Amino acid sequence: MTLETRGLHFSYNGRPVLAGLSLSLARGESVGILGVNGAGKSTLLRCLNRNLKPQKGAVLVEGRNLADLSGEEIARLLGYVPQNRFTDPLNVFDSVLLGRKPHIKWQASGRDLQVVAEVLAQMGLEKLAMRPVASLSGGEAQKVVIARALAQEPRMLLLDEPTSNLDLRNQLELMRLLGRVMKDKGIGAAVCLHDINLALRYMTRLVLLKEGGIKAILTPEQLSPELISEVYGVEVILAQVAGHRVVIPQEARGEPAEGGLDAKLDRETVGHDSN
Amino acid sequence: MKASLAEPRGPDTGRSTADVIARYLSALKRRYLLMGALTVLLIALALQAVALGAYDLSPLKVLWALLGRAEGPQAAVIWNIRLPRIVAAVVTGWGLGLSGLATQTLLRNPLASPFTLGISHGAIFGAAFAIVFLGAGAVSASALHTAGPADFMFSGLYAITGLAFAGAMSATVVILILARLRKMSPSAVILAGVAMSSLFISGTILIQYFATEIEIASVVFWTFGDVARSSWGEILLLGLVTLAVTLYFLRRRWELNALLAGDDSAQGLGVSVTRLRLTGMFLATLATALANAFHGVIAFLGLLAPHIARRMVGGDHRFLVPLSGLVGALLLLAADTLGRLAVGSGTLPVGVLTSFMGAPLFLYLLLKDRP
Repeated sequence: MTLETRGLHFSYNGRPVLAGLSLSLARGESVGILGVNGAGKSTLLRCLNRNLKPQKGAVLVEGRNLADLSGEEIARLLGYVPQNRFTDPLNVFDSVLLGRKPHIKWQASGRDLQVVAEVLAQMGLEKLAMRPVASLSGGEAQKVVIARALAQEPRMLLLDEPTSNLDLRNQLELMRLLGRVMKDKGIGAAVCLHDINLALRYMTRLVLLKEGGIKAILTPEQLSPELISEVYGVEVILAQVAGHRVVIPQEARGEPAEGGLDAKLDRETVGHDSN
Repeated sequence: MKASLAEPRGPDTGRSTADVIARYLSALKRRYLLMGALTVLLIALALQAVALGAYDLSPLKVLWALLGRAEGPQAAVIWNIRLPRIVAAVVTGWGLGLSGLATQTLLRNPLASPFTLGISHGAIFGAAFAIVFLGAGAVSASALHTAGPADFMFSGLYAITGLAFAGAMSATVVILILARLRKMSPSAVILAGVAMSSLFISGTILIQYFATEIEIASVVFWTFGDVARSSWGEILLLGLVTLAVTLYFLRRRWELNALLAGDDSAQGLGVSVTRLRLTGMFLATLATALANAFHGVIAFLGLLAPHIARRMVGGDHRFLVPLSGLVGALLLLAADTLGRLAVGSGTLPVGVLTSFMGAPLFLYLLLKDRP
């Protein structure tokens, strides 16, 4: 499946977050979206899912304009996992079964249950199926949310900071599991990430955002220290350690980063209200 | 944090998925059985309630009468005195329980209910206005000592009911307009409800300031919720509205479940969150406003019933929607029957009893949910 944006504009209360962003994601790719807080990563992802409607421009899914599709049609094409989540009071099975909502007319069918059970097995959650989500650890709960997105049987996943609350082990495990499931099912993903090292390790392509536009689109091998310091305002060294390319940050530059903490806080407040 | 999780299995995945589905289905079956048992309990309690009272009847005779086989005083007692009150209790309890669930889920707040949103206070204000300024409420002295809709306590009942409904709906409309125009978050909606409540309370106090003692007594008496006030026509109207509201929320049960995962996730699953929230809030408050207008304020039931239902079946709205209604109906019927029998020759308004049950639960929830 291809996902394409054409001249996407989005502004919160007159402040532009995305300024004419055009991008094309090919089938089966895992695309890491990188950039500082406030660069528009989450906004881009939410526009891709029509959680936000861009003021100008269009999102095309296999050539069809997102604006012409129903919410359920979109949910059958794109599995979106937002950053701010609530722990629902359901058990794991029911929580994942929610992912079948776009397919369910009145009653969950046998096939719906089958899909859920298979996704639980793929994510290694079958032993927890009857446990309340609230009783799970952070890593397990995150897997439930991703399992729900997979149960939608989407052509592409949109993941907003899927690893941000996880410990080191769970971060690696989740990314590895995701990679395997995506390959099995032949689906792609667009993933907002803060951790450049995870992006270098698990993504097939990187999109670097700066000031609401695209700074660069490249493969992980093409990422250069100069580009990183231009996007993040931090001098870095890119080193090869034990077969992995890793980023080692040096001192931050003197001036405060563009779109720093204030910008992010503002954006989150506004974003919440728009619900 | 728990150490790692099982790796996905190879060959026996088929067996393990079948096993997971089987376990899931048996858990569902238990919940359906529980719902069936409560339905039977409600019917049994209703039959027993018809039989109980000053005029002695057996449940068998009641069944007989319901089939149209009874005549004379028995049929009159059953059809004109006991049954309307019991059906009113069931329908009102169902509506209040369901509305409470809907507001709690839609506003994502366990302490939300039509009562805490100012809807009941709107109804009190409307009723007070009708009683004091339109002279609608002369309490007849016999009202306290007889049961049954034959003795309407208020003259000008339609003025009171109409204005109480208008008051309740005005609270709803103000809150919904604010929510729509300002795109308010659920917690802001709750705060708006608190503001509306205190506005209506002040308004009611102001009205009472200009009222005579008898009018004040009427207002106070109206606020004691009582299901014995309505006749078949009103019960039918309330029943139809409650049925329609129940069907709406049953239709939207998956969407309510999706809302539990947060607005963003729900939207990602194809739910139009804003539309669901506005329509759902309107319907939930409509059922409550009508119940309040006919039967006065029955406090805390909207808060109590969904929490009890959640204890029984968890957070799944496939079960919560019918069960909140069932539990609400059971509670109100039990409380009303208790009140009817407890006070010798007359009746204790059921609103008083539900407040006694509900307030401690409210405190308990506060203690428990906020560590």
